Parts: sequence; structure tokens; C-alpha cells
Amino acid sequence: MSFVEYSDFIQDGDVAIVHLGHNSVTPVKVQHGAQTQTRYGVIRHSTDLIGQRYGSKVTCSKGGWVHVLHPTPELWTVSLPHRTQILYTTDIAMVTMMLELKPGSVVCESGTGSGSLSHAILRTIAPTGHLHTVEFHQQRAEKVVEEFKEHRVDQLVTVRNQDVCKDGFGVTGVADAVFLDIPSPWEAVGHAKAAMKKHGGRLCSFSPCIEQVQRTCEALTEQGFEEIRSLEILLRVHNVRPVTLQLPDFGPDSSDSSSQAGPEALKEAPPSATPNHASLKIKTTTPPREMPGHTGYLTFATKPRT
Amino acid sequence: MAHNEDNDYEYRIKEGDHVVLKRGDVYKAVQIQRKKKVIFEKQWIFLDNAVGHLYSTTFEIASGGTLQPKENKETESSTDVQVAGTDNRHINDDGKSQKLTRDDIETMKEQGLTDKEIIKQLIDNSSTFNNKTGYAQDKYIKKKKKKYENTVMVLKPTCRILAMMYHGREPGKICHLRYDTLAQMLTLANIHAGSKVLVFETCAGLVLGSIMERMGGYGSVIQMYPGGGPVRAGVECFGFPAHFHDTLHEFPICHVNALLAGTLDASAKDSAPEEKQLSVAAEEEQKQPEAEQQEGSPEEESMEANTGDDVGQDQEKLEIEKRQEAKAQERKVKLEEKRRKLAAAAALLEGRNADGLVIASHFHPCSVLLGLLKFLSPSRPFVVFSQYKETLIECYTKLKEQGGTVNLMLTDTWLRHYQVLPDRTHPLLLMSGGGGYLLSGTTVATDPSKPAGSPQAEEPAPKRQKVKD
Repeated sequence: MSFVEYSDFIQDGDVAIVHLGHNSVTPVKVQHGAQTQTRYGVIRHSTDLIGQRYGSKVTCSKGGWVHVLHPTPELWTVSLPHRTQILYTTDIAMVTMMLELKPGSVVCESGTGSGSLSHAILRTIAPTGHLHTVEFHQQRAEKVVEEFKEHRVDQLVTVRNQDVCKDGFGVTGVADAVFLDIPSPWEAVGHAKAAMKKHGGRLCSFSPCIEQVQRTCEALTEQGFEEIRSLEILLRVHNVRPVTLQLPDFGPDSSDSSSQAGPEALKEAPPSATPNHASLKIKTTTPPREMPGHTGYLTFATKPRT
Repeated sequence: MAHNEDNDYEYRIKEGDHVVLKRGDVYKAVQIQRKKKVIFEKQWIFLDNAVGHLYSTTFEIASGGTLQPKENKETESSTDVQVAGTDNRHINDDGKSQKLTRDDIETMKEQGLTDKEIIKQLIDNSSTFNNKTGYAQDKYIKKKKKKYENTVMVLKPTCRILAMMYHGREPGKICHLRYDTLAQMLTLANIHAGSKVLVFETCAGLVLGSIMERMGGYGSVIQMYPGGGPVRAGVECFGFPAHFHDTLHEFPICHVNALLAGTLDASAKDSAPEEKQLSVAAEEEQKQPEAEQQEGSPEEESMEANTGDDVGQDQEKLEIEKRQEAKAQERKVKLEEKRRKLAAAAALLEGRNADGLVIASHFHPCSVLLGLLKFLSPSRPFVVFSQYKETLIECYTKLKEQGGTVNLMLTDTWLRHYQVLPDRTHPLLLMSGGGGYLLSGTTVATDPSKPAGSPQAEEPAPKRQKVKD
């Protein structure tokens, strides 16, 4: 197992993702002799996990069951322990494409935070790329180093515990792309430019507030960046539901024909209803009651050849 | 200096390269070919002069259509606003403020005035310009620049650029797949180097090419295709190095059932049995008369008594036969190649251990999805794109009925661009109405002992069972 390469069978030391149902997932560090508690009971690693195929169904001690999945950055994003607010897959996907990331890309990122985006970047740039990630919080930096090692991606990443606005990324002239998710990105634009390859590259800055975006765009323009574009992207989820809608009863039909409903309608008479009551079953989607309305503004730019 | 040249080599435009021309937000994919006229934004251009320059160079289009690298642009010399108004209360939009006529402007263009000079003329001849606010003047100049600029940038193709290009130019060709939706697909399907991905698309090859770009030449991609042959025009636009094509396979869906049933004989059959019969028949036809002629012609030649015409005719016939034979050989080789490729693709599929599935087409996705899911290992992602939500609702329902998948999500994305300028920041006035829908999920091991779970049985209500250790 690694976050950048699939394998088929669960092994001791793997990080697996347990799917509990209804989009509820939790990460599990697989260890001989260890146990994991879930609402369906206990999972015994030695018997239930190690040696089993990824994707298997595991029956827990209380009789309920779960599925064990191979980790992916997407599953990690929705199951990782948050140390900071994280980037979610919708934004991550946009960033990955707009920064033109691919195997071999060299990327600089700050702040590392909880490592959500970092894992996605690593998956995309493997096996020949490299990620230089900067986190100014010491404990967070240490935690993420640990995780990269557990997830078997540490050879692809260098974590630096420093302040990117003061000390930059620790490398110069090597990056194809730079990503900024910090409170004052305009202070890091100069360092971003220095970290990027002479030939040019792509930059992205993620900021929740429009004022930050304005300042960042100004700084980018001053530093000679081109094609500066700001956008936002939101995910809309559609919950598939069969819905049964009652048909009105207008009284007996004068032409004595059977019910007027369309040929494809599925009609069911609810047991307790009067003989004239019918209903239509439709397959449709309903929106969730609430949805994320804002995560942050994404600003992209191109560094020309310098 | 030699070191520098080596460094730059991969960043230089070469003849034969697939590039993307850009002006503002308009893109067009072309191939660099000497002396070939290319039309871009209503202008004819020759790309010859681009060869040898670095990618992302901006060129001016000279009269005649040749390219000249643009001199280092002076940073937007903001025409220092000397005179400006405060608001538009007295400005009448009667269409008469510009004194120059269309003909005047055409003449200036012909005379070869630069866009900057033309714009200066427009400003000088505008009766209302100085009454506009500073912001309005800014906007006016930007608008004119966009209209009269005569430049084109030559870019190296990437998924981002091509996706935006297709969506802007020919959305119908890509089933109206918006670029952010494509971005979601690539990430949700966990496309990465070294995996084995199945693709079924009718998006001109854009989806396929994007997947190949994200795989970097590692792993394998198998394109499942309907009909006679795979459509891959879009893949060419990416300009991948030759070895990328070694990872690309194709398999006709008309053989999927046979493959699943284990009855596909990739050695004997090929994808067009009629084709085979035809070519075999043709081969036989040619062999017969050819044999006859060979016997005949040496005799005829040695006779020398024939008229010049006869000899000429015989030689002609010989040549025609030789060509036909060569063609038959070619066809044979091609068929053999096709057979070999089919067998290779079948071998990759047989194991039913693909790592990902991506579907994006104008075919009804349900049966495509249900058929191709069988080729995936458990715990692997799949993504289906459809322009229409209803088809994905059907897929979702069928998948829930048959089991074997978790984390099913029907989604679409909402995308909005912003104008960011001091004191003038706001979302753009127009935004995309829709970019299509996605159904994504993960496969899990199907439980042979239990029957397909009912839709509600995803989470059984656990009965309190005391488990004795």
C-alpha cells in the first residue's frame, strides 16, 4: 500500500480506510494484534484485515459490516484528523488541473496544514516529481512528516518548518508550480517567483477573503505575473431519491375511461387509501438542506520566463 | 552557453510540434508546419517564424501573416490620466462621439500602424473620452486593445489549455464537458502514474489525452470504443512523446461480452471479419493473374517482336501487380498488427483488475457503466460524466440495486470567475450555465454468499449480539 500506488492485499503497517456507510469513513493503521472500535463492533486487525483483499467486507463483532478500502488522497481528505481547516476535493481537483501538475512536476506549497492537498499533489507528481512543503507551526510540521512516512510517500516530499513569507520555500529555480494557502499570500509572491523555474511556471493562491485576493493580485501584477485569473468553485450534491407524489382526486371521470395518468407512470394505491386515490412514483434528486457556499477564492497566474 | 541551450531545448518550438495559439481567452490547437497557412481569429498566419523561439513567446502578426516576436512590452504604460470626469451624468451615448470612420481605421490598419497608435488616434478623436471617469477610460482602452491587438502567443499544449479551448470553441464535440468537471473527473478517478485505466469517451479524445497526461507515460490506458475505430484526434493535440503511445491500448466494445464470457478468440478473429474476408479474397484474385503474367511476360519480352505498345503495356501491368502485391502485403501486416493489439488489450482486460474507469460520452451511460465495471478490481474508483442528470439517476439506482459499490455521489460543480481590480472587484457578468454531471463511486468486493442487498441494507441495524471470545 502507498498513497501513490495501488496494492491488492492489506498488510501489517498499511493505512486502510474503513467505510462505515453513508459516506462515513475512518482511517485505520493496520497492526498485528490491534483492534479498532466501530459502531458495528470491533475489527480485529490480525484476523479481519491482514491478508484480506482491499475492498473486502468485514463483519464486526456486533454483527454489522463495513468495507475496507485502499487509501486514496480523496478518501484521506474526508477522513483525516483535522489540525487546520483543509482543502476539499473540489478545490483540490481544480488546483491540480490549473497548475498543470503531472508526473515529474516539482511543486512548492505553503502552508502544509493538515496535509490534505499535499497528499493529492504527491499522488499526481509521483514517481518522479517532488513536493517542497513549508509549515510554520512546528507540531503540525512534525505530524505531517510522520504521516508522509506512514503513507509511504516520504521519498517524494521535503517538509520545512519555517515562515515562507520571511524565508521562502528553501529552494530556488526548481518549481513548476507554487501553491499558497496562507493568511498573507502577497508577502510570499516574491519568494514564490524565486522558487519557480527560470522558464516559467504556474501559481495558485487560495484565500477566503476578497481583500486578500485583491492584495495578492496586485502583488502578482507587480512581480510580473501574467494571465491572473480568480475564480471560485462549489460542489453541488444531488441526493437520489424515489419520491411518491399523490394524484388529486377530481371525482369520477365523466367519459368513463380509466385514470388519466401518463403511460409510464407507476401507480400504487396505498393500502389505506380510498379506491380512487393513486400516486406517481418518480426518480429524482433532492438537494441537501444546506451546502457549502464558500470555501475560498482561487487565484491562478503564470510566471513568464525570467 | 551550451548548458543553457540544452536547458532551453525542450522549451523551444520545433517544426511538427503540436501547439496552441492564444489571444486573450481564445485558443486554437494547430501543428507547426512550414509554409502552411493557418487561420486564427479571422487572420491568416504562417507559423514558420515561430520555429526556434521559446514557448509562450508573443508574436506580432505582420502584414502578410508572418510572425515577428514582440519586443519586451513596456509595462502597461497607463496613459497617465490627465483629464477625466467624475461621472456620466452629462455624457450622451449618441454614437457620434468618435470622429474617425470605419474606413479611417481600416486605412490606419493598412498603413501598418500599431494597435497602440490606433488606440491613441481613437482617443484623440473621441469627443467624450476626457469626460469619462478614470475607470471608464481604463475600460475603454482595454476594450480597444482587445479589438485591435495583433498578437498571438504560442503555447505548449496542456490539459488545462486544451480543455478550455474545446469548451470555448467546440463544446458539442466534448458533450459540453466543462473544464472544471474534467478536473473533478481526473481527481475522483485517482488517475496517477502506474495504474491501469479504462476509458470510454466520445469527447474527441480530450478525456483520453488528459488521462494520459496525468499518467505521464507510466501504466496503461485502455480505450474502449464503439463502432469501427477509436476517435483520438484530441490526443494528437497534446503532443505527447512517442513512448506515451505504447501505454495506450484500444478494445472494441462489441467484443466485451465475448471477453467476459471467456469466448473471445483474439488470435483468429479481428474486429472486422468482413474486412478480413475481403482482403483475403482480394489477395487470392491478385495471385492468380500475377502467376499467369509472370509466366507470360518473360516470353513476351524475349520475343522483342511486339510493338512498343505491347511491351509498354506488359511492363505497366507488371508494375500495377507489384503495387497490388505490395498493398496486399501491407494489408496483411496491418491486420496482423490489429490482431496483435486486440490480443494485447484483451490480455490486460481479462484479469478484471483495472484500477479505474472513466466514462464520458453521448451514449446512455447505464449499460456502459454496468458492463465495464466488471473489469475493475475491488476498492477502485470510477467516474461517469453525463450532460444529463437523469441518466446518472438511473445509473445510481441500478448500482444500488446490484450492490458492489460504495460512496456513490451524484454531483455537479458551480464555477464563477471574478474581475479583481482596485475598487472594481466583482464576479464576472456572465457565467457558465452548467458543465455536466458526475456520478462517482468506489467498487467493493461483491459478496457471493449473500444475495444483492436491498437499497436500505447499506447499513444494517446491528442487533445486540453478545460475542463470546
